[in-house]
Amino acid sequence: MSGKVAIVGAAETDRLGKLPHLSRLGLHAEAARNALRDAGIAMKDVDGIFSSVADPNELSEYFGIVPRYVDGLSVGGCSAIIQVRHAAAAIAAGYCSVALIVHGESGRSWIDMERGGTAESPAGQFEAPYGAAGAATLFALPVLRHFHEFGTTKLQMAHVPAATRAWALLNPKAMMHDAGPITPEDVLASRVVCWPFNLLDCCLVADGGGALVLVAAERARDFPKPPVWVIGTGEGSAHRQVAMMRDFTTSDSTVVSARQAFAEAGVTAADFRHLMFYDAFSFTPMMFLEDLGFCGKGESGPFVAQTTRDAEGRVVYHTGPGGPLPMNTNGGGLSHVHTGRYGMFALIEAVTQLRGEAGARQVRDLNLSLVHGPGRHFAAAGTVVLSNR
Amino acid sequence: MTEAYRGALPVPTPETKPYWDAAREGRLLLPWCEDCGRPHFHPRAICPHCGSGRLAWREASGRGRLHTYVINHKPARGFEDRVPYVIAVVELEEGPRLLTNIDLADSTPEALRIDMPVVVGFRAVTPQVTLPVFRPAP
Repeated sequence: MSGKVAIVGAAETDRLGKLPHLSRLGLHAEAARNALRDAGIAMKDVDGIFSSVADPNELSEYFGIVPRYVDGLSVGGCSAIIQVRHAAAAIAAGYCSVALIVHGESGRSWIDMERGGTAESPAGQFEAPYGAAGAATLFALPVLRHFHEFGTTKLQMAHVPAATRAWALLNPKAMMHDAGPITPEDVLASRVVCWPFNLLDCCLVADGGGALVLVAAERARDFPKPPVWVIGTGEGSAHRQVAMMRDFTTSDSTVVSARQAFAEAGVTAADFRHLMFYDAFSFTPMMFLEDLGFCGKGESGPFVAQTTRDAEGRVVYHTGPGGPLPMNTNGGGLSHVHTGRYGMFALIEAVTQLRGEAGARQVRDLNLSLVHGPGRHFAAAGTVVLSNR
Repeated sequence: MTEAYRGALPVPTPETKPYWDAAREGRLLLPWCEDCGRPHFHPRAICPHCGSGRLAWREASGRGRLHTYVINHKPARGFEDRVPYVIAVVELEEGPRLLTNIDLADSTPEALRIDMPVVVGFRAVTPQVTLPVFRPAP
């Protein structure tokens, strides 16, 4: 499957942030329009729809098309990442020829959105009654176990939001572009939301969307933009409720997903100098740095807390601009945008970087990018390896 | 007091009703597999260890250890007067883990230690619903 499919269109909605003029479906439509325009094709050319916040049947109606392939996978924030894999498989099988993966979410204005789950579901019975509402409570749950087993500290963890903010300052579209830099100490000084997470450990809450267009390799050079090849993909699902994690210091779905993607692409962690690791919270990408092999198990705290100084004496974070392992170069869920399901935005940034269109935040001489994200709270996972050659 | 309860309430299914019925009587039940001999949580129609449908309820000791936790400062509906409150995963003596609250007079990191022993208690939130919760072992 490696290299048989390419991304030829990728775009976010015009704006990200507070968008009270667009509903959930309106955000999907704007994202789709922008990605199709980027690919130089029309909606009528699309014959495969992949969506998660909207059902494909809602979108076929809204877009006025009759796709011959539909995928409404809904496993949380990595759904779009996994759908790159599903689209690649569908195209390779001949089930569709132009796949549109589309995301739109009114996460802040909450127009035509619904809360998932029933009071009879396992989460409704065994999670919600204990006041475990909101992503912060659930994503925070594994963290103190990691601290306990490996000596990880809040100060080490606070380097992730600081490094990520430094990237956002270089991305004009990032919500925090004009908010100024933050230090790890600023993170610790922000108010506690859900111990051990402070406000600046938490992702943004926004409206927005994005979309990708994928086609078979044979056609990939017929589009206006240089193709970005899908050379490895993986997926996995381990549980639904975070309390059911087998081991709170490892995401089993991540391990399963990454193993497939790395094997298919023929790569190891050492091959990458650009990572898009879904940062719902500061700790989230730390789990992935360990589980995808960028540092040893338990070593992500010291790993992300490594800093140096540039020629002007400014702090350079290990995963920040100028550092050896650029991660979340759009500013991430922490400082670029987060609508609830962030995976699409991570994919779009990987494409932007591999096309060389990232402007002031461009990582030089880049050929490979690794996108990885969780679904819900380390429950599912999706991995995509992208290349520009 | 209980009539005014605004927090999320569990609605039992056929597979979980004995668990919630027992909780209302102040007992913590676990489903045990009669084929592989292991308990599990949450209760379901098949054993997640071996796939067997031959399950039986047994009362748990109510003792366990604090496996991990958070202290939530942004309350869910119905938890406004408890803030900040502890949401925890307790590993029961029998093996399974469950999500719960740790009842403390003062919810601070200093009052909590990972792996500290805890014991079950029962919080009646409505006449129909009692939630198993935990507190530090005496």
